[in-house]
Amino acid sequence: MELFKFKHDIPFMSYGRYTTTISLVTFLFAIFFLATKGLNFGVDFTGGTVIEVHYAQSADLANIRKHLADSGQPDALVQNFGSSHDVLIQVPIKQNVAGAKLSEQVMDILRKRDADVEMRRVEFVGPQVGKDLVENGALALLLVSLGIVCYLWLRFEWKFGLSAIIANLHDVVIILGFFAFFQWDFSLSVLAAVLAVLGYSVNESVVVFDRIRENFHTMRKTSVSVIIDNAITRTMSRTIITHGSTQMMVLAMLLFGGETLHYFAMALTIGILFSIYSSVLVASPLLLLFGVSRDDFIKPEKTETEEALP
Amino acid sequence: MNQYPLWKYLLILIVLLTGLIFTLPNFFGESPAVQVSPLRSTLKADNELLDQVGTVLKTAGLAPEISTLDGNSVKARFADTDSQLKAKDLLNSKFGEDYVVALNLLPRSPQWLTELHALPMYLGLDLRGGVHFMLQVDMKAALNKTLEAATSDFRSALREQKIAYSGVSRDGNILTVKFRDAESRSNGEEEIKQRFPDYTLQNQDESNAFGLRATLKPEAERRIQDSAVQQNLLTLRNRVNELGVAEPVIQQQGMDRVVVQLPGVQDTARAKDILGRTATLEVRMVDEEHQITPGGAAPYGTDMFRDIDGNMLLVKKQVIFTGESINDAQPGFDQYTSEATVNLNLDGVGARKFKEATRVNVGKRMAIILFEKGKGEIVTAPVIREEIGGGRVQISGQMTAAEAQNTSLLLRAGALAAPMEIIEERTIGPSLGSENIARGFDSTKIGFIMIAAFMTVYYMMFGLISILALGANLLLLVALLSMMQATLTLPGMAGIALTLGMAIDANVLINERIREELRNGVTPQAAIHAGYDRAFGTILDSNITTLIAGIALFMFGSGAIKGFAVVLCLGILTSMFSAMLVSRAIVNLIYGRKVRLAKVAIG
Repeated sequence: MELFKFKHDIPFMSYGRYTTTISLVTFLFAIFFLATKGLNFGVDFTGGTVIEVHYAQSADLANIRKHLADSGQPDALVQNFGSSHDVLIQVPIKQNVAGAKLSEQVMDILRKRDADVEMRRVEFVGPQVGKDLVENGALALLLVSLGIVCYLWLRFEWKFGLSAIIANLHDVVIILGFFAFFQWDFSLSVLAAVLAVLGYSVNESVVVFDRIRENFHTMRKTSVSVIIDNAITRTMSRTIITHGSTQMMVLAMLLFGGETLHYFAMALTIGILFSIYSSVLVASPLLLLFGVSRDDFIKPEKTETEEALP
Repeated sequence: MNQYPLWKYLLILIVLLTGLIFTLPNFFGESPAVQVSPLRSTLKADNELLDQVGTVLKTAGLAPEISTLDGNSVKARFADTDSQLKAKDLLNSKFGEDYVVALNLLPRSPQWLTELHALPMYLGLDLRGGVHFMLQVDMKAALNKTLEAATSDFRSALREQKIAYSGVSRDGNILTVKFRDAESRSNGEEEIKQRFPDYTLQNQDESNAFGLRATLKPEAERRIQDSAVQQNLLTLRNRVNELGVAEPVIQQQGMDRVVVQLPGVQDTARAKDILGRTATLEVRMVDEEHQITPGGAAPYGTDMFRDIDGNMLLVKKQVIFTGESINDAQPGFDQYTSEATVNLNLDGVGARKFKEATRVNVGKRMAIILFEKGKGEIVTAPVIREEIGGGRVQISGQMTAAEAQNTSLLLRAGALAAPMEIIEERTIGPSLGSENIARGFDSTKIGFIMIAAFMTVYYMMFGLISILALGANLLLLVALLSMMQATLTLPGMAGIALTLGMAIDANVLINERIREELRNGVTPQAAIHAGYDRAFGTILDSNITTLIAGIALFMFGSGAIKGFAVVLCLGILTSMFSAMLVSRAIVNLIYGRKVRLAKVAIG
């Protein structure tokens, strides 16, 4: 079976104007939502207490809310979690209350109302921890970006490294934009997913770049944009199949992985979809923009000593 | 042309077989077990205990499936939870005084696997249920305590040497000693320098006083903070023993944090109470007026406690001071007799009370009692030789160096060196834990089946080979994780699924290359060769970028995220091996031998 058979190269580079506009618009939208709505940071980052409880019958949220408010927890956020039997209660950090004791208090209040309530999960994160996590997360993002740029610089050329990282940070911003727009819970595992996407979607650019470099050696008399078009077209099939396979795994996680993995899988899904787009239609036009040329790889006097490239 | 030398096939076979052996234990599941481990460091779990446990269980008709000596504990495995619970109650009544008897799970894998050290993966708290605490040690308080002790130590040192001074004061981290004249200052400086080498001294002249500023040296500050954390770790370990948790994890994280993980514990309120409790050490006088009546109750006004050797002693009810007054306890040697000693350093209050008590009780014995599980035990009961002032106490007498070490550990462990605060708590109920396992397992399984179906339809024989390679990847990854005894968490399971989804990329690249070569009219054998050869560079490049992300996650991630990062990094390594070598070996075995290969099934 073969799904993607192209007789002629698709002139991706001539669409450059449209694709750049599309990316720019999505990118600006993402920035806009990040700026206006902001990320809905989870308890991992903000600190606070999250309690997940399970009731034998469908839980009456309004009643639980009222009961908590009457018992001295008016700012507790009560919502369903996955099913009508599961309830998630979030309590923000308070001054002068030892955070670790809070979960006991809330559970006591809930038990008084309904003795059969089952504690499923408690997470308490103090403000110190949240601050560390934000710092470490930012540091990790920076380190991954730098590491990738350096590696691509060594392996290819600085123009490749730069266009790949711009294209992929564009993906990261768009994932974050989605999380801001829908106000999804941005937890530590979502951050891990974002970083994994960063490493993963660079793959895509690397595969296309490898072809471009190879084409510079084999297609001596063609223009740069034709070389890029050819590289993208010939790797198209692999791109779709690979991402499709990864997406199948992630989809299984999204559907069967339960609530804990939900947003993790969601971030990966958005990341995978946009990485196909960005590595083909953002990274390559950028490469053209930075003025990549045959001379970057083939130094006229050293033609014989160039290694045979894969 | 597509032939591997024999050694390469053999190498791949050996790697896969090893992988299989180390993956196997994960399939046998776990059985309920009871674990008996010593409560105190003076006791050891040995073959004798193993025999005792065996006899006790046998007489009650609760024959365990298997009982072993594992590390510093005896474990007995049972067929069902019913006999496990019965055995726990029984063992608790027999050994409960000196040993922790806890419920545990033991892998059900056959003996020969265990002997090869092939153990199942260690499940994280989010998969087995339990409590995770992160505590922050208040370093400032630890320093405060030391500096506070130093002010009174300075005073008594100067008084002992009869050096006139007008006052010792403390302002933040700076201690200032004031003298009336330059001569006594230089004498005082000499004395303090000699006795307190941890401090940097500096003269400070004021209008009508000769000041001496003492500040703690940075390395001493670090040492104090380090030993504060160490002491807190020890104290926590003793307290966690009370909870009867089978495999608690108590470890330092970073400079000033301690992580406590209690698998299987659901009663977090009690856990928090016990972890946060204060001093459990008391110093009282030994009662020598009354005689111990064997089996009888303690006379009025006294308590009866056992010492470490098991002898009973009567002790007065009146408490001289508690463990909170002990700043430090260190093993040492007597200057003159070179006997092993335990050196105590008391705070101001303790020193004063101690001085009074020793003055009126010369020649009598005093007892230091450690309370554990609400029951007291006499750590040591030395004879008072003379009145002791200044808060520096030396306990000696018939101790070996190891005993002195142990005693000082016990004395220190009674109290926390510095207060701690819980800054993170994660509790997972047991039902959520097993649900998480099922979910993680299901999504991996379903994803794998979907990919397998698609690859086989799309690339036919080569798709099937890719799936076999992917299976080998999964096998090797699980084997590596089991071998390292890495902790598997839910994000870790997600990592396994994700690596599988990503690993197929290498085979897609190879298969696409082979197709392309075939399309260009190359013979099948040459196409296979070129496909594998040319895809290698690309596969390497794309994996290295993911590896960079994985390493960064490992460096900066915490807890569960670290687990994800470990799986991601290991998965990249195993996927390189399986996609390149395993799939190539299969292709070579199927097609490599045929000299005139006209067609390959690649769709």
